[in-house]
Parts: sequence; structure tokens; C-alpha cells
Amino acid sequence: MTHGDMTVQEITKVQELIYTTRVEDVMATDVIIVDPSMTVADVRALMKEKHISGAPVAENRKIVGIVTMTDIIRAMEEGMLYEPVTTAMTTQVKTVLKDSVVAEVANSLGIKGFSRLPVVDHDGMLVGIVTTGTLIKSLLRQMDRSFQKNEAEKLHTYRASHIFQDIVSDDTSLLLRFVVDDKDFSNAGKASSMIKRALQRLVVNPQIVRRVAVAVYEAEMNLVIHTDVGGEILVDIRKDKLSISAVDHGPGIKDLKQVLQPGYSTAPEWIRDMGFGAGMGLANIKRVSDMMKLISEPGGGTRLDLVFNLDHSQ
Amino acid sequence: MKLRELTEVLKADILVENHGPDEDIPLGGAADLMSDVLAFGAAGMALLTGLTNPQVVRTAEMAGINVIVLVRDKNAPPETIELARELEITLIRTSYTMYEACGRLFSAGLPGLGVVKIRNDSW
Ligand SMILES: Nc1ncnc2c1ncn2[C@@H]1O[C@H](COP(=O)(O)OP(=O)(O)OP(=O)(O)O)[C@@H](O)[C@H]1O
Ligand SMILES: [Mg+2]
Repeated sequence: MTHGDMTVQEITKVQELIYTTRVEDVMATDVIIVDPSMTVADVRALMKEKHISGAPVAENRKIVGIVTMTDIIRAMEEGMLYEPVTTAMTTQVKTVLKDSVVAEVANSLGIKGFSRLPVVDHDGMLVGIVTTGTLIKSLLRQMDRSFQKNEAEKLHTYRASHIFQDIVSDDTSLLLRFVVDDKDFSNAGKASSMIKRALQRLVVNPQIVRRVAVAVYEAEMNLVIHTDVGGEILVDIRKDKLSISAVDHGPGIKDLKQVLQPGYSTAPEWIRDMGFGAGMGLANIKRVSDMMKLISEPGGGTRLDLVFNLDHSQ
Repeated sequence: MKLRELTEVLKADILVENHGPDEDIPLGGAADLMSDVLAFGAAGMALLTGLTNPQVVRTAEMAGINVIVLVRDKNAPPETIELARELEITLIRTSYTMYEACGRLFSAGLPGLGVVKIRNDSW
């Protein structure tokens, strides 16, 4: 990344980062602390040795002041070199909470002209320090990380989107298979999530991706909620169309006409408490898909077949 | 409405922050039924809900929703927080009830979807 000519996108990334990054993730934790018992001369020696131009004065991590090179010079001019540092330091210390966002610090450092800000926890204890230097370094590091993540995703997308050009046959198709467990709510939706990601990488039209995501998620949740052994989801991706099947082995459906009625649901109370069981799932699937077929027999299994046309003209 | 104004109007805390205060929120919606979110949720919509389970985040992902507001000062369980982080969804909490949270946002100028219809005879 060249810093001389940042693109608009990269500038937005900086803005985003300063509002989403917490101070504790950018602060330096190895703070050089001045003890209140030290003299002005001690502090001058310490600053020289550590190459710093200021430090918080704290006793057992409780901040009592902050001392800078300016304070030291003034104390020397006033002949107070061997007085305790507490007589020379600034007692009004501007601090920042460790979980506040970086934007807050950027404001104090940049506009109000502070060169360092001690970072405290909720008990007011010193936990770190931020300076313009630490801030810029860590923002650049994070920008680089998200830049790399972006590039990696672009590469995945590039590779995947060329699959139908790169692999030639009379009829190429990509088959994805996902196993869905019944009543496993901690994994419910993962298959749909992966299918959505796959279609994005294949550069399918976003409108279509959204419709597929809605349908396949409703179908996945039906497998989780209404079956007693789970089931599987099969996605067959071709150049011009997408076929999806959600298949299970029980308990089956007695009255197909009834379950297709919007608002009909057999979901128990505890499922309704989770926000499911409105009886709208199949209606939603029907609405967003180009073709839907539901086959079932009581005691046997259920099979839901969906087709989406992929419009490549867009 | 900007995300900043939305959090101010709701006196809300941000639980998981994945969008800056200048993020544009074009419209709002409220639902406690996931199928409603999937049927009426529009991309970019702020979703107000009384539910806190991880499925809310999953549903938002599928519907293309980036901002979820938990009403009535409900605390989100760690799984929900974690999933929101992973899926880059912003999670906000307000102490107002669903009714009041919606009312405040609407009168502050955040529009809804208008009249929506799902035909009963679509079979
Ligand atoms: N795979 C399945 N096996 C057995 N029964 C099913 C299956 N899928 C759906 N059903 C039956 O069809 C009914 C309607 O399903 P639909 O998805 O429309 O609504 P829901 O799942 O009850 O509620 P919602 O989807 O709104 O959360 C279900 O309540 C259930 O009785
Ligand atoms: Mg359903």
C-alpha cells in the first residue's frame, strides 16, 4: 500500500477503523511510570535514558499527575531540580477509558494538542498509554490486515467466478452438500451462510443471492425444527440455474395443502419463543424461488425442491 | 438517518460495533418473528427486536440487515455477541420498549416499508 496516494476507499477504511477500534487494542501497555517520590532531577535522567518526553506520575497504578519535558525545564529554571516531581507535574490529567473508541483519542491528540493520553480502566487504574506514534502504527497495521483480508476474498472470488470458463464440459455443475442436524440451534443457519458465501464468490447477482439465502435458510430451519433426524441440503450450481433440495427422513407431512397455507404451523411453544413457527417459511420460499416442489408422505420423509434461474445478462 | 442519530434517539448502547456513526440507515423495521424478517426485511434496514438468541443475527445475515437493535434493555447472550462480531453486524441495546423505540425513530424521520401485502391466494 502506498501512503502518498490513498484511494477514497482506503480513507473510508481509516474513518471506519477509528470508530470501530477500541483504545485498549492500540495502546502501549509497557508504560514508563514516574513514582511520586522521585525528584525532578531523577525524572530528567529517566526521560533521557528512555528517550521519552513525558510520563504519567502514578502510585500503585493510580494516576496523580503527568509530567512532561516542558514541566522539567520550567522546574529547572525555577531552581527546583531537587524538589519532588509532584511540585512540577500537571495534576489535571486528561485520561481515556480503555474501552472507548479510537476516534475519541484522535480528537484529543490531534485537535486539543495533547501528545500522550494515559489509558485507565473503570476503576481509574492506569493500564496503558496512547501517543500519536502508537496510534498511527496500530491503525496502519490494522488497515494492512483488513486490506489483506479483502485481497484474499477478491482472490477467492476471482478463482471461483471463473470455474465455468476454466473447466469445460458439455454440462458442468458444482454440487455442494450440507448435513443439517435436528434441534441443533447453535449450528442452525451455517449451511445457508456457506451457500450464500459460495454464491457471492461465484459473482451471482446480489438480488438472486438474497432470494436464495432467504429460501435456503427457511428450508434449513425447517430441517432443524420439524424433523426428528435432521437432513441434508444439496445445491447444484450450473451456469444458468441453481437447483436446491432439502431432504429428510422423517416424520413426513400428513396434509401438504395445509402446511402450504401461510400461517399454519405445528411448531411448539418453545420454538415460537425463539421467533420461529409463524407458519410463513414455506410461503416465503415459494415467493422468492422460481420453482418450488414439496413432496412428502407421513411416516416417510420430506423433499423440498427449488429452482432459481441465474440471469447472466446482468 | 445516520447510525449516530439512531443511537442518540434511542439512548442506546452499542454492544457490537461494526459500523461507524456516519453509516446511513435508510429505513427501519420491527419483528419478533424470524419469518417476518425474512419476508419484509430489506437490505440496510435497522431491525428492532425483542429476541436475543443467535438466530436473530443469522436471520439478519440472510436478509442483508447490518444493524440490530435489542429493545427493553435485554442483554444479549455471549453466543449472539460472538456471531454478530463474526458476521460484522452491529448490535445495539436500548431501554425503550418496542412500541416506544419504534415511535421515537419514526417521528425522528426514519421511515418504514410502507404498506406491504402478502397474498393469501398465492398458491
Ligand atoms: N421437513 C419437514 N418435515 C416435517 N414437517 C415439516 C417440514 N417442513 C415443514 N413442515 C411442516 O410445515 C409447517 C409449515 O412450515 P413453514 O416453514 O411454512 O412454517 P413454520 O416452520 O411452522 O414457521 P416459520 O417458518 O414461519 O418459522 C410446519 O409447521 C411443519 O408442520
Ligand atoms: Mg419454517
